[in-house]
Amino acid sequence: MYAQMVKSTGERPKTLDEMTPEERAFQTRIDADIKIEPKEWMPEGYRKTLIRQISQHAHSEVVGQLPEGNWINRAPTLDRKAILIAKVQDEAGHGLYLYCAAETLGVSRDELIQQLLTGKAKYSSIFNYPSLTWADIGAIGWLVDGAAIMNQVQLQRCSYGPYSRAMIRICKEESFHQRQGYDIMMALMRGSPEQQEMAQDALNRWWWPSLMMFGPSDADSVHSAQSMAWKIKPVGNDELRQRFVDQTVPQAEFIGLKVPDPEVKWNEERGHYDFGEIDWEEFYRVLKGEGPCNRERMAARQKAWDDGEWFREGLMAHSKKRAAKKLAAE
Amino acid sequence: MNDNPTIEFALRMGDNCLILAQQVGAWCGHAPVVEEDIAFANVALDLIGQTKLWLGYAGELEGKGRSADDLAFLRDVRQFRNCLLVEQPNDEFAKALMRQFLFDAWHHPMLTALTKSSNARIAEIAEKSVKEVSYHLERSHDLITRLGDGSPESHAKMQEALNDLWRFTGELMTPDSVDEALAADGAAPELSDIQAEYTAYMRSALEEATLVAPEKVHMYQGGKTGVHTEKLGHLVAEMQWMQRAYPGLKW
Amino acid sequence: MSNEWPLWEVFIRGQHGLAHRHVGSLHAPDAEMAINNARDVYTRRNEGVSIWVVKASDISASAPSDKGPLFEPSNSKIYRHPTFYDIPEEVGHM
Repeated sequence: MYAQMVKSTGERPKTLDEMTPEERAFQTRIDADIKIEPKEWMPEGYRKTLIRQISQHAHSEVVGQLPEGNWINRAPTLDRKAILIAKVQDEAGHGLYLYCAAETLGVSRDELIQQLLTGKAKYSSIFNYPSLTWADIGAIGWLVDGAAIMNQVQLQRCSYGPYSRAMIRICKEESFHQRQGYDIMMALMRGSPEQQEMAQDALNRWWWPSLMMFGPSDADSVHSAQSMAWKIKPVGNDELRQRFVDQTVPQAEFIGLKVPDPEVKWNEERGHYDFGEIDWEEFYRVLKGEGPCNRERMAARQKAWDDGEWFREGLMAHSKKRAAKKLAAE
Repeated sequence: MNDNPTIEFALRMGDNCLILAQQVGAWCGHAPVVEEDIAFANVALDLIGQTKLWLGYAGELEGKGRSADDLAFLRDVRQFRNCLLVEQPNDEFAKALMRQFLFDAWHHPMLTALTKSSNARIAEIAEKSVKEVSYHLERSHDLITRLGDGSPESHAKMQEALNDLWRFTGELMTPDSVDEALAADGAAPELSDIQAEYTAYMRSALEEATLVAPEKVHMYQGGKTGVHTEKLGHLVAEMQWMQRAYPGLKW
Repeated sequence: MSNEWPLWEVFIRGQHGLAHRHVGSLHAPDAEMAINNARDVYTRRNEGVSIWVVKASDISASAPSDKGPLFEPSNSKIYRHPTFYDIPEEVGHM
């Protein structure tokens, strides 16, 4: 999802018998739904996996500002412009909360940002697709935020206290994000043939990348099993993806849009929608850095960082001067 | 120009907010630090709200059924009444901050005076806006002070921005027939009063920031009557793209 | 990265007169700027709120492993809890 392919220990979870007494006590607390807090003892693998997951999530929020920010200057009305700025601003805020949550695990924000800029840390593949028309802003809100919320709701139950608390705050603030996206799509579908075509085109382009947001099938990942055992990821990728499809297909139909997958069909027996195979080659290619906008996204983040250095340093220099003056006066 | 000076005045106030909001909003996602992304976006949001109030009022006075959106998205460059300062380029954060400060330092005393306007609508809009703008000024003043008196590099950047932008501040305080007509009715302050306040405020603020305003520069004029710099055309073209490419549709 | 802005913990008291509550953290070069940033990040500038900021590194916290010894004694003093006392219903609300 926003954290799609978080490497964990790379091994299957240990059984209680295989654990050291410390590990066993830790796992027992997790199983009893007791939250783990920053300075408590935790297995090194738990700490590292969490840093990867939370920072990946934070990077996704921050990079996620870019495709939507691309339309702030061109929003078609004053209200749409204000809503879009508020939403992109929220993403900055959520990035901020998440970086802070990661920092409780003994890593600094600047270090994490360096990991992003050097390509060591990943962010969600979804933000490497271009936002070409205004309808993309609708599609991103409806689909991308819809998928994000589905993931984040369950992460509120994550075993790590600071992450769980950040998720609670984020979910509360994000409740309007998906609705404003769907609202844009509704307005388009009520509009001219040109607008309807624009909406359908956006759905066609964002549908599959949205499904990829949930990451590869759990069956293909040893990391998933460990993360689920630690309740870093309470619900698996496949289950979340199915929930998303079940929720979204009727929403599309309701406003007269067609999901671009001929295999989408209600399965009475399963009580779910069936859907087609995801192009995993595309997913891995985008994740590896060869999506349509990977270079542009990183270039934009790098530019903000480089161009902002004088600002960060200048303010720090002033604070030091002030502190020195205060000390001298005492 | 409109025969009714109140319409002109509302357009000037509204267009200042609109063009500045367009510029500030563009920083969201590109600022030097995430805290700044958030803070600057708040300024943009306030300004969009104020744009709607002023342009909404201008549209009502005009009586041709034009909404704030119509005015924002369907006028051509020559009809825009914003000052030259707010349309200046947005490519450097130092200049964006200095532009904000030079504008806020005028906007705040102006709105404060307008809360006592004899025109009840103007007073009401000013009342709503002045609280937001007093925070804008507090913030931009604080940043200019810190960066001016920060590192050698931040000092140099702020001084350069000041040197570049100072020439656009005179326009804000140079009265023309519109300003005079409103001042005569007590609907708006005498700009000479605002000028006095601005000058005193700047003197102490810049001194604290260890910055020096350039002396004897020619003060550029024209925005208030729709004669802009070339940049505004590009800004407006981008802002109005959707409404121009798809005329008359609902979004 | 010695010049990284320090981390601040943010506490906010809302309009309802309740105690300051921890709402989150942020980075800022000093306390004054931390308060300004907190206003933008955590209150979206609601008026009438009070903000405290504390440098994260200045906070002393109980070590979580002490959880048992620190908190159990008060749990044993059950006479501190109102439900410890049986008051006849006829006496009314107390």
